[in-house]
Amino acid sequence: MNASEITKKYYRADKLPHIWCPGCGHGTLLNTVVRAIDKLGLNKDDVCIVSGIGCSSRASGYLDFNTLHTTHGRALAFATGIKHANPKLHVIVITGDGDASAIGGNHLIHAARRNIDITTICFNNNIYGMTGGQYSPTTPIGDFATTAPYGNIDKPFDLCNLAQGAGASYVGRGTAYHAQLMQKLIENGIQNKGFSFVEGLSLCPTYYGRKNKKGSAVKMHTFLKDHCVDKKIVDKKPEMAENKIIIGELYNNQKPEYTDNYKVIIDKFHNY
Amino acid sequence: MTNKKLLQNLDWCKGCGVCVSFCPKRVLEIENEKCIIARPDDCIFCGMCELRCPDNAIYLQGGK
Repeated sequence: MNASEITKKYYRADKLPHIWCPGCGHGTLLNTVVRAIDKLGLNKDDVCIVSGIGCSSRASGYLDFNTLHTTHGRALAFATGIKHANPKLHVIVITGDGDASAIGGNHLIHAARRNIDITTICFNNNIYGMTGGQYSPTTPIGDFATTAPYGNIDKPFDLCNLAQGAGASYVGRGTAYHAQLMQKLIENGIQNKGFSFVEGLSLCPTYYGRKNKKGSAVKMHTFLKDHCVDKKIVDKKPEMAENKIIIGELYNNQKPEYTDNYKVIIDKFHNY
Repeated sequence: MTNKKLLQNLDWCKGCGVCVSFCPKRVLEIENEKCIIARPDDCIFCGMCELRCPDNAIYLQGGK
């Protein structure tokens, strides 16, 4: 299927163009999500896209699946309910760095702890874009934001380490520049029976970029190109990881899944 | 000879210039804050513009 057919089939084309700023990485990342779903050949009715609040979370409105645009940070809580109500659905959560790790931080770690079969895709642009450029839990130390005019002093979260530490069974990191890798990680995440966390490093030329003099969207894409290294390369040559962001499949370990375990309990009662 | 075509939906183009910069054959240009296909004969149909466009505004169509 070519790109315009994919757009027609999976997007609500009457809602386009989307509200994201020129050059925003979210559009590219959203395309990787759609291409991954198309590659896997999933039926549109078997997919449910859930999102919270923020720039990233506008995504659900542009997609023609079962979609749910929920309250701030609570996408995973709603998604957990959907998965329980209909375990056959492929539940995909599209969230942002603030939505997933600040307002919804507890939902993230507990969904990961339970290893519930939800694929969480976090568009990480290092800032709260929609509300005017406040620093988020992933803004690097020393970087500027409207609420950090003298530089941010908070240590940022490594979202992938957080998800892995909390118990996710599949963790990967791609970027808006490494779109093919990102698509592959999402495909693997959807196929993984358990909690999958895929972080997509995005770019915000309007707030994060302008506040930190990162230049145009093109320059920010080039930054991602030059500063990321695949885990497969780091495994062979650990010295390559110096001052680089590690991307690729970071963790993959099968564990018992939550709705399966829940069904075992339900079945016990059916047998009484 | 390929029967692929490079097409645009200019209503969706925001003129960010990402496709222009990552085109390996420098086929595209920005004119009046929109992307234009300035040198269509140079296009090798690699699909880099389509892959990187955040707005689904440029795409390839046609067979192999």
